[in-house]
Amino acid sequence: MIRKLFSFKGGVHPPQFKDISTTQPIRPATLAQQLVLPLHQHIGESATPIVEVGDYVLRGQKIARAQGYVSAAVHASSSGTIVAIEERPIPHPSGLSATCIVIDTDGKDRWIEHGPAETSYTEMDVSQLRNIIRSSGIVGLGGAGFPSYIKLNSTGAIIDTLILNGVECEPYISCDDMLMRERPEQIIAGAKIMRHALHAKQVLIAVEDNKPKAHAALVDACRNEDIEVILVPTLYPQGGEKQLIKVLTGKEVPSNGLPVQVGIVVQNVATAAAVHNAINLGKPLTSRIVTISGEGVAEPCNLEVPFGTPMRHLLDQCGGLRNDVNRIIMGGPMMGFAMHSTEIPVIKTTNAILAATQANVAPPSDIMPCIRCGACADVCPVELLPQQLQWFARAKEFDRAQEYNLFDCIECGCCSYVCPSNIPLVHYYRYAKTEIWAQEREKEKADHARQRHEFRLSRIEREKSEKAARLAMKKAAAQGASSNKQAAIQAAMARAKARKNSPGSEPKNTDNLTEAQQQQIKSTDDMRAKAQQIAESRRAQAQQMMAGKQAKDEKE
Amino acid sequence: MLAAVLALTALAIIFGLLLGFAAVRFKVEGDPLADQIDAILPQTQCGQCSYPGCRPYAEAIANGEAEINRCPPGGETTIIALADLLGREPIPLDDEVGEEKPKTVAIIREDICIGCTLCIQACPVDAILGAAKQMHTIIESECTGCELCIEPCPVDCIDMVPIKVDIFHWKWPYPDETTAETRP
Repeated sequence: MIRKLFSFKGGVHPPQFKDISTTQPIRPATLAQQLVLPLHQHIGESATPIVEVGDYVLRGQKIARAQGYVSAAVHASSSGTIVAIEERPIPHPSGLSATCIVIDTDGKDRWIEHGPAETSYTEMDVSQLRNIIRSSGIVGLGGAGFPSYIKLNSTGAIIDTLILNGVECEPYISCDDMLMRERPEQIIAGAKIMRHALHAKQVLIAVEDNKPKAHAALVDACRNEDIEVILVPTLYPQGGEKQLIKVLTGKEVPSNGLPVQVGIVVQNVATAAAVHNAINLGKPLTSRIVTISGEGVAEPCNLEVPFGTPMRHLLDQCGGLRNDVNRIIMGGPMMGFAMHSTEIPVIKTTNAILAATQANVAPPSDIMPCIRCGACADVCPVELLPQQLQWFARAKEFDRAQEYNLFDCIECGCCSYVCPSNIPLVHYYRYAKTEIWAQEREKEKADHARQRHEFRLSRIEREKSEKAARLAMKKAAAQGASSNKQAAIQAAMARAKARKNSPGSEPKNTDNLTEAQQQQIKSTDDMRAKAQQIAESRRAQAQQMMAGKQAKDEKE
Repeated sequence: MLAAVLALTALAIIFGLLLGFAAVRFKVEGDPLADQIDAILPQTQCGQCSYPGCRPYAEAIANGEAEINRCPPGGETTIIALADLLGREPIPLDDEVGEEKPKTVAIIREDICIGCTLCIQACPVDAILGAAKQMHTIIESECTGCELCIEPCPVDCIDMVPIKVDIFHWKWPYPDETTAETRP
């Protein structure tokens, strides 16, 4: 049955130059003396190191674990000693450094003990499969580097189609082509695992018609499988996820949406092979196939490269660089970016290293004003208005650029490719995107600072009023001090009185007395009474005497 | 005649009550324009605009007492955003208030710090941690780079250092627009 194919709008046909690197089979790269493994080789959070300087590590040993949901682990790509965990230049358009784990290799390339899981993947739980894929550090090997295990989560969505992307539409790059030619069985095995994880109804492998050998090899390997290999007409950028979905199924992924929303998952063929290695062989991701090509390289070829190998080491294995090399590009000529040094290491997303000569690179002096020809809008595969976006980005009108869906731009470079004025359109979009992100971050920080400032102001206000209240209390206390003392004395006296008058206050030692004691008390009381009588009679006598004396005095 | 006067009076009373009720019921708290302006300002709270913080400056702009070009930390972006909001023409930054500088954070040289707490009291966002006669330190993520802590420090142990750009905060530069004709 011949499948009906659709098409996406736009696209270009740049010269391919793929043959120059496909003349030789894939060969393993020689081991570099030092491997530099960045902790950030993927989209998302950087990994966290779990080894220390001085540790001896084996190939495949995990040296950094995934940090957070969108992240990937890093494994040692050869055996050796960790000599540093420090900032080193990494492949990034900025040329900046980031934390890397540096391994001095011992040349033995000894693997850590590994082997297939005890149970076959068909009996494994989906989450168990995803965990193995996560801890094997597998990310999308097509170039974006999105952690693969996340895309293999089908919870809440019914996956109709799993598409394996073997399109490889950028010029010069042939690493997937060679993989499909030489190791189709690995790709098929990986596809079956991913299909099992996603419960996908059908599996399609898309190959562009400029790779007939790869197509033939896959068709041959799929003879007894329920997997369809589809030859699609060559058109750049067909390898884009959304473009490929449109071509194969006619479905459009919504703006800001994910393929999962239309029941489709797309994975690169090299990712499928990596999944096969992780699940069926127990080998984490420690190497990949890299195309070394470009006019500046004497013998273009494909090498299987352990991650962390410096680019210089690989270029030397391909006959070295020609003298007129203008720049080294990681990725293809359309979407790749220039490296600031040849000492930069290969990472998981390095699909190609191109050495471009002076003649290949358009000198920037040719930039001319926009003539509004509209050629860019004709080729845009996302149906944007590249010219408008460029005006907005140039004028720093970022909100207008966003209204024109700047963030749907896949930076494929078609517009820049066809621009007769050589305007670096994609550079403007990249500039605008990073500016908008920076503004969002600054806004967040400003809101945070405002909150803290307001809290501080209210705290100072509160402290002031509390202090005032304390002072007022102290003052009031000082004023009423004397009256308070009087009151306290009065109160104490009242308390004493009350205690005296209360019923239980008379002496208690007069109860239950013996006869003799009562007698004694009685006699004492009698004596007291008698004494009192005598005293009174004496007082009366004295008074009489005094009265008589007074009368006598008055008479006299 | 009388009927008309009565009718109009009645209407006037009804609408008067309605308006009076609406004025109480739908009263807008605060100053919405000042809020909008405040949302654009960078919240450095540095006082370079001569107002004691971003909010007072926002209120001054809203009341027409201040120009929109007095915020050096916000720079051109803020002036353009304010001009957009207020329907005015963007004007260049006022020279008198300072110039737009790259973003910085304060760092305390901890071996020199004597623990006087003066900088803590000066910090508008409570980004300095410390106590009397104890070493102070700056919580880098909270520092707005306002430089208000520099002045009160008696031992000059606070430095402003530019924020280090890493791969997560790096921005693509503005494309080089020099062409064959304009190149010197």
